[in-house]
Amino acid sequence: MFDKLDQIFVWLQHWLVGFLPEFLQPVAAALLAVVVIICFFPALFALTTVFERKGLARIQNRIGPNRAGWFGIFQPVADGIKALTKEDVVPRSADHAVHFLAPVALLAASFMGFAVLPMGRNMVLADMDAALLFYFAMGASSEVSIFMAGWSSRNKYSLLGAMRAVAQMISYEIILLLSSVAVVMMVGSLSLVKIVEAQNHYSYGLPHWFIFTPWGMAGFVMYAIAATAETNRSPFDLPEGESELVAGYFTEYSGFKFAMFFMAEYLAMFSVSGLGTTLFLGGWTAPLAVLQWVPSWIWFLAKMMMSIFVFIWMRGTLPRLRQDQLMNFAWKFVLPFTLLNLLVTGMWRFMGEGWLRWVVCSGILLAAYVLMARVGMRRKHFGPRSYRYAE
Amino acid sequence: MTAAFWIITAITILGGVAAMMLRSVVHAALAVTVAFGGLALMFLNLGAQFAGFAQILVYIGAVAILVVFAILLTRGSETPRDAVFSKTWLSGLAIAAAVFAVLGWAILNSPLALEGTKPEPGVTVKDIGIALMGPYVLPLEIVAVLLTSALIGAVIVAMHDKEGAR
Repeated sequence: MFDKLDQIFVWLQHWLVGFLPEFLQPVAAALLAVVVIICFFPALFALTTVFERKGLARIQNRIGPNRAGWFGIFQPVADGIKALTKEDVVPRSADHAVHFLAPVALLAASFMGFAVLPMGRNMVLADMDAALLFYFAMGASSEVSIFMAGWSSRNKYSLLGAMRAVAQMISYEIILLLSSVAVVMMVGSLSLVKIVEAQNHYSYGLPHWFIFTPWGMAGFVMYAIAATAETNRSPFDLPEGESELVAGYFTEYSGFKFAMFFMAEYLAMFSVSGLGTTLFLGGWTAPLAVLQWVPSWIWFLAKMMMSIFVFIWMRGTLPRLRQDQLMNFAWKFVLPFTLLNLLVTGMWRFMGEGWLRWVVCSGILLAAYVLMARVGMRRKHFGPRSYRYAE
Repeated sequence: MTAAFWIITAITILGGVAAMMLRSVVHAALAVTVAFGGLALMFLNLGAQFAGFAQILVYIGAVAILVVFAILLTRGSETPRDAVFSKTWLSGLAIAAAVFAVLGWAILNSPLALEGTKPEPGVTVKDIGIALMGPYVLPLEIVAVLLTSALIGAVIVAMHDKEGAR
């Protein structure tokens, strides 16, 4: 019964495709999976906007949207109607072709990441040998579209936002890549399906997720920092800081194009959370051996939505960084730490089973963290705030 | 020669031609990006996943961004009124033709092309990794040292002049 529920989507796909002639079946199966992804995640995006607005409102001691439907559940419908019926204003001096293509390219790049994420047992659209590389390639190609949006608007706010976004994304992409490389070193494969399988073991009823190892814990924290910066979320939301740059690189977009940028940002959030889940949190595996009867896709979605909740929580809690703080943090603190983590991962791999590697690996990471933080703090001279440019 | 091959070829060549013909420098850079993407698709079409994704990651994710940043930071992105013609177009044409001739000669003389069959490379990312860590580990390390020294050199060039500041 529960086995069937676990594989229900795979079974449904086979059943629907079975009506077609033999030679059309592979194409139809792929097409069906693509359609499901393209329908499901925007729907989840709509629900997440309500969730985020309600959550932020509770953090700020407000009520949040509560007029459209029960508890404001129809708010995204109202937002969608508003976005679709608004006038699409394009600045006269804008570069029309590039201005039009930027949101399309960005949304396409955001959707591509879902193609390789294993969302449940046997539920992956493209089980590639180099799936992780594919994911990062698609993430890298979204930078060009952000630049296109900022440049083609012929607006100083847009251009500044785009430059900030690209600089930030390039810096933090290195951290994102290097913290994932630790997992690749342990598993010995770039295939995300194999990475999940490597974590699908239990001892004493507890799972072998990578977050429960010293290097995995450190890697996950750095991955989470880089993922937040990569999706331009607070506290790294400088590219679209409302109080500084209006809306950053999509200031000059209105109507549904604006909604597309919004959707692309949330889709990137979903897919980066899904990748973090796959790499460190065991993908679709259950958190306890006794809970394995629950369908695997429920676990994947639950972990992904938990990460989204943490994103919203951080947005409601932390203040925005300054540009120099952002760059210093990436290049002087997190990047050396990722390199150290790679070394520790190698040690963990070759020290063999036993308690010794736990002591040595956690010892090195903790000592380095404390040392780097202490030295970094000593150089800082805390005192009255000085303004370099404002006076 | 499948339909996919011809579509990818059209994308790549159109991107390259547009990069030459467009007047705005930023437009040309974006057209080059399209050509890079076409090349990546060509690699994927041939079954070389690692080369294809590395092409996207490096050329679209880094080189295109670098080009665009360099354009924005060095000169205005105003479109010139008249068509831009380099004074050395004749020598450029000669060099391009020579490179094309050498490449064409090499490809036509390679044994694989003459058989008219499409060999499956079957090289996985794991094979590439083992090759890099095994027989080619020395070249890899030399490239790593070269890149590190280039990085340090770039930092020194870009570093603030301490004496001037004080």
